[in-house]
Amino acid sequence: MSRSRNWEPLLAGLAALMVALALLMVFLYAPRERTMGDVQRIFYFHVSAAWVGFFAFFVTMLASIAYLIRRERRWDVLALSSAEVGTLFITMVLITGSLWARPVWNTWWTWEPRLTISAIQWLIYLAYFMLRGALEEPGRRARFAAVYGIIAFITVPLSFMAIRWWRTIHPDILNPNAPGAQGGFSITPRMLHTLLFSIATFTVLYLVLLRARIRLEKMSDRVAYLRQRLLIR
Amino acid sequence: MNFLRSLLAILTKDVITELRTREMLSSMLVFALLTVLIFSFALDLRAATAQQTAPGVLWVTVAFAGSLGLSRSMAQEEQNRCFDGMLLAPMDRSTIYLGKAIGNFFFITLVEAVVLPVFAVLFNLPVFRAGVLLTLLLGTAGYAAVGTLFATMAVNTRAREVMLPILLLPAAVPVLMAAVRATGGFLEALPIADVAYWLRLLVVYDVIIVTVSTMLFDFVVEE
Repeated sequence: MSRSRNWEPLLAGLAALMVALALLMVFLYAPRERTMGDVQRIFYFHVSAAWVGFFAFFVTMLASIAYLIRRERRWDVLALSSAEVGTLFITMVLITGSLWARPVWNTWWTWEPRLTISAIQWLIYLAYFMLRGALEEPGRRARFAAVYGIIAFITVPLSFMAIRWWRTIHPDILNPNAPGAQGGFSITPRMLHTLLFSIATFTVLYLVLLRARIRLEKMSDRVAYLRQRLLIR
Repeated sequence: MNFLRSLLAILTKDVITELRTREMLSSMLVFALLTVLIFSFALDLRAATAQQTAPGVLWVTVAFAGSLGLSRSMAQEEQNRCFDGMLLAPMDRSTIYLGKAIGNFFFITLVEAVVLPVFAVLFNLPVFRAGVLLTLLLGTAGYAAVGTLFATMAVNTRAREVMLPILLLPAAVPVLMAAVRATGGFLEALPIADVAYWLRLLVVYDVIIVTVSTMLFDFVVEE
């Protein structure tokens, strides 16, 4: 217990530091993009959030497999915590995507492959939580959520392949003026540094939030257990 | 050959039950026809746009009517505790899954067989090409495969039938997208090379989903 109490604030402190540094890098270190201007700076956090958003669901899938094999509550806790944090980050992807699309392509939404797959991932997360919410018995809830977590994750790369191929053969049906089919721009070394650091920052942020959510869920379990004990007495 | 006999037993049970009551088929059919009709009113169906929107309309109809059938199919197992009976039978649990999945595939295909001529008439499109029919079969197979597993879960939740579309549609995106594109390609008589990618994706999806669902079904129905 005391071991985790030691490194959790440390990790949170590190995350705060990295976020501050990342912001500095994004606004001061990274160069101004030629065509899009300063709005392009959203890209660093947009991509980082996407990385975490999908990685989190991958963790959920692994935890789901572990749960089905071991049937230990902690795997279920990890699965749902990672899914919740992942939902948060995917929401960020969608919002930052819209904020970026509006000034650049004059539209709030574009059916660009990566944005589309993020929307689908968001819906899968939503379905995951609706499924969990609709099941009362904890064992069944964990089992069903695990099964859904595994299958739904498998469909994500397949969906991405489908969407990307669709957009390859129909580059941009909404915006004939869009720069390149997918808003491309060439990445200079400074941009790369900023991007990599942002991704690292968001990963640490993900770990901090994940840890906090897991602790919350464990406390919730404890409260439920204590409540039951009081009722029996 | 025990596996095949059990599989056939489940299939026969489903088909005979359905032939006697016809409630699932009729509701699926009426719903599908209504959906096609509503789309006809909602979308402007002049010749040019019809060809573009037709594949989408077809597959949305299949998706919604199919989801209806999937829910009903699993829900009616609860009557007379039929599902418990199947679980107690001396066979692999995955046999139940495959039996139900094939049964669902069969029923959805039956509905498609009736809707397709109506579709051809309303949209005035050559839907009876081999390519289109192949796509229908592959797409329905994938949809029924993933739908049967999710329906088994959905029926056991508080929200029951409402839960199925929520679970199913995001996970069925590869099927629906590939099926729509392939159908469109075949309707426009594109060369096979253009459509090949979508067919491959359908086959890959079908194989993966059937395999994984067969493995995971045990976890869904255990007590």
